[in-house]
Amino acid sequence: MTSEPDYLLLREIVSSCFILLGTLFMLIATIGLLRFPDFYIRMSAITKGATLGVGLILLGMAIYFNQADMLLKVIVIITFTFITAPVAAHVIARTAMYNNVPFWKETRLEAFREYLKKYLGKNSEEEVKD
Amino acid sequence: MKTFSIHIVIAIALSYLFFDYSSLLPYNAATALLVFLVFILLLWLSAVFYHPSYFRKLPKAMAFLFFFLKEMFVANIKIAYEIITPRYRMQPTVVALPLSARTDVEITLLAAMITLTPGTLSLDVSDDKKILWVHVLYLEEGGAEEIVQKLKWGFERRLLELTT
Repeated sequence: MTSEPDYLLLREIVSSCFILLGTLFMLIATIGLLRFPDFYIRMSAITKGATLGVGLILLGMAIYFNQADMLLKVIVIITFTFITAPVAAHVIARTAMYNNVPFWKETRLEAFREYLKKYLGKNSEEEVKD
Repeated sequence: MKTFSIHIVIAIALSYLFFDYSSLLPYNAATALLVFLVFILLLWLSAVFYHPSYFRKLPKAMAFLFFFLKEMFVANIKIAYEIITPRYRMQPTVVALPLSARTDVEITLLAAMITLTPGTLSLDVSDDKKILWVHVLYLEEGGAEEIVQKLKWGFERRLLELTT
């Protein structure tokens, strides 16, 4: 009776762990989105948290259903998320930079300021200081 | 890259046929993954005859993938710790990363990987494709130079080993 381990229960426990970990990362990233001081730091927090969270949740789902085609689809979805999410983050951060979204006051910009001035013109200098 | 895609398609087809025509193993995700990996391994071993550079590069690519996943996980925990503890310990800095990567694909991959590693966000590539501006959350003891060296020798070198 006890010689046969309960694989369904084991799978449920493991997949629950993955899904809970994924939602936890997403929750923490969302808290970070609310309390970090400037746009760029928020971008950095939310992109990674969301990407890793989605990956872990999907992985947990694949373990729960335990079917080959489901696993294949999950791997494909994770791959595409990992390719597209950073590109979107990069485009948003770049647009913000060209539109003078201010940096946090403690950000060190010594090397970057020259480059910004060159591309944004003279009037941007005081806004960048913030 | 091309050889790798072809191998993946062949391995999927072969594992499909394997489960269609034999019932040696029970059909579920774990055994399917196992059979698929065995086929990929066999195809990789066969590549030594017709594509030696692919034979050399695949283990490095796998090592790089695991290095990247580990890096991503560890740094995610670090940023989570920063979020849930009340005081800020970060020192955001914008650093210039001089690029050795030349082609657009290499630069795109490098920028994407830098963005996915928490604590760093790639901001912009200069017009002559020589400098990548990276927004870094944490400065370590060595300052900006240390971060640049870490990114250059950790990510860019490994990436260039694979693409050239």
